[in-house]
Amino acid sequence: MSQGLETFYDVIRRRGVSRRSFLKFCSLTAASLGLGPAAASQMAHAMETKPRIPVIWLHGLECTCCTESFIRSAHPLVSDVLLSMISLDYDDTIMAAAGHQAEAILEETLEAHRGNYILAVEGNPPLAEDGMFCIPGGEPFVNKLKRMASGASAVIAWGSCASWGCVQAAKPNPTQATPIHKVVTDKPVIKVPGCPPIAEVMTGVLTYMLTFDQMPALDRQGRPKMFYSQRIHDKCYRRPHFDAGQFVESWDDDNARKGYCLYKMGCKGPTTYNACSSVQWNDGVSWPIRSGHGCLGCSEEDFWDRGSFYSRLEDIDGFGVEANADEIGMAAAGAVGVGIAAHAAASAVKRVIQKPDSHTRRPHDGSDQA
Amino acid sequence: MSSQYTSQEALKEVDALAAKQQSIYVYEAPVRLWHWVNALAMTVLAVTGYFIAEPLPSTAGEASENYLMGWMRYIHFSAGYVLAIGFLGRIYWAFVGNKHARQIFVLPVWDKDWWKEIVFEAKWYLFLERDPKKYVGHNPLAHLAMFGVFVTGTILMILTGFALYAEGAGQDSLHYALFGWVIVLFGDSMQVHTWHHIGMWVLIIFVMIHVYAAIREDIMSRQTMISTIVNGLRSYKDDRP
Ligand code: HEM
Ligand code: HEM
Ligand code: SF4
Ligand code: SF4
Repeated sequence: MSQGLETFYDVIRRRGVSRRSFLKFCSLTAASLGLGPAAASQMAHAMETKPRIPVIWLHGLECTCCTESFIRSAHPLVSDVLLSMISLDYDDTIMAAAGHQAEAILEETLEAHRGNYILAVEGNPPLAEDGMFCIPGGEPFVNKLKRMASGASAVIAWGSCASWGCVQAAKPNPTQATPIHKVVTDKPVIKVPGCPPIAEVMTGVLTYMLTFDQMPALDRQGRPKMFYSQRIHDKCYRRPHFDAGQFVESWDDDNARKGYCLYKMGCKGPTTYNACSSVQWNDGVSWPIRSGHGCLGCSEEDFWDRGSFYSRLEDIDGFGVEANADEIGMAAAGAVGVGIAAHAAASAVKRVIQKPDSHTRRPHDGSDQA
Repeated sequence: MSSQYTSQEALKEVDALAAKQQSIYVYEAPVRLWHWVNALAMTVLAVTGYFIAEPLPSTAGEASENYLMGWMRYIHFSAGYVLAIGFLGRIYWAFVGNKHARQIFVLPVWDKDWWKEIVFEAKWYLFLERDPKKYVGHNPLAHLAMFGVFVTGTILMILTGFALYAEGAGQDSLHYALFGWVIVLFGDSMQVHTWHHIGMWVLIIFVMIHVYAAIREDIMSRQTMISTIVNGLRSYKDDRP
């Protein structure tokens, strides 16, 4: 399976990709990573000379939408090249081998490439009941994850499940589904959140790591800066309508037809870090906001627990009904206003009852000041 | 150890005055100037902040001809700078100004008398005490609110406000370098928005009570209030202790 000494280029050529296509792939990828033209030849050189790095792709609690997204990379070239490049030494969803034969590959990679392979994880381990809620190949996923992480050079957390927990970790999270960085604490974990992440983002991150043999620069939350350093809102093509104060006020109004900003419909673009507004989806065919719906914030932590998809801010529980900050604030300010009015009235009464000169009834120095 | 913010200390200071009807210089000019600049900035911030969160009805015409949200945010951020720089100036003055300039930043939690007088003041506001006491600076209850709500709330608003600003300015910005940690502290961008928003309502409620209490005390207490924050002088209406 894993022939450690082959270069990426050898593998690619063996799979029938022409040199021309290979170079095209390098320049495409360099561009999508926002690197300069020089990077394309750097990339080509690296791929021609460096031995291929094995990738193990594990699946925990997940829906496979990340894999689905990945294999639908916009440029068939990219997915072709990448799939052959990483050759996915192990990916239980799309690999040919099955059963014990497949599981044996894990041990083999762990031994042969210890400290050298990349562990990509889709989904997350449930920790409750000793991990018994997810048992692929007869072993709790959490054990498998820890074992495979122990020999990996770096861990990629694919999608919101692996990065944050996503739907299976939503309240009340009965299986105690837990994101990767809380289980694998001794290795760098690269979060590539999204439900699913954009295919080009996934391939971009992998290509960067494989060709430059280093981690991409990460932001404070552990996401690759090249794709996650800006909010949807920062690059949204409807932003001029936001700045102008032109909003969709209801789903079927004229403003919706005109393509105004979806802020008032609860668009979470202003709080969501992802590349949708610049990379877009399906080879730039469209993306959620372009199709007329607000961003759900799918790449943000706990997005299932953050209230309605149609409210921009979180709902605040614990007030009997779920309410938003303005409702609570206005109710509180109203109550305080009523309280002040009542207090003022009582104060006025006190002044009438308590004679203005009453202070002098306890004379101190004969002063008759009130 | 007793602090300088209780009525006993106030009486000593009043007694020290040559003539009883003389007034004490409490709020120095920078504090008074700051008070009104800060009040104005907060009002502007609350109004524009509210309309950032709940925008006005949509404008008509081409997007290129309108910039309503843009101006709303621009004014908000400018007022945010005024608020933050003013607050830094106020902290500076706490070091170099008179002792009353320090009051809102320090709670004399070690002072039993101070705690007792908080209870006393609460009773005064609940109509359970007939006559109020005299104070030179803030009364203990006001002091607690100034620190616990105003100072804390303002720091929260400045930190969360600049963290939100940093998101727009970008991760390479100085703002992000200085305030990016706030986003991590709160968890994520949305939490920062939510707390920034809740903070507004907390401060609005503070101001409502503050203004009411200032006017009421001006009438009901034995000392001047509103003229004090205008000209800095505290005078007393009677000479009793
Ligand atoms: C946004 C609005 C306002 C805010 C945030 C605010 C805040 C404050 C703060 C922090 C202080 C303490 C000053 C210090 O010790 O450094 C203070 C004092 C004072 N403020 Fe305001 N203020 C506001 C509006 C007003 C208004 C409209 C009035 C007039 C009725 C007023 C009357 C006073 C008075 C009389 C004092 C002195 C209280 C005392 O002597 O104990 N304030 N205010
Ligand atoms: C008394 C002080 C302040 C009040 C009452 C206030 C109020 C608000 C409110 C209600 C929002 C809307 C939040 C939301 O629903 O998303 C907001 C947003 C914001 N505020 Fe403030 N704010 C204050 C101080 C500041 C300061 C000091 C700054 C720093 C420059 C600041 C910067 C921002 C930014 C950047 C936003 C986000 C704007 C956007 O999402 O387009 N604020 N503010
Ligand atoms: S549609 Fe959403 S992301 Fe786009 S400008 Fe409006 S609020 Fe921002
Ligand atoms: S627009 Fe928002 S919800 Fe939609 S895919 Fe992008 S980040 Fe996720």
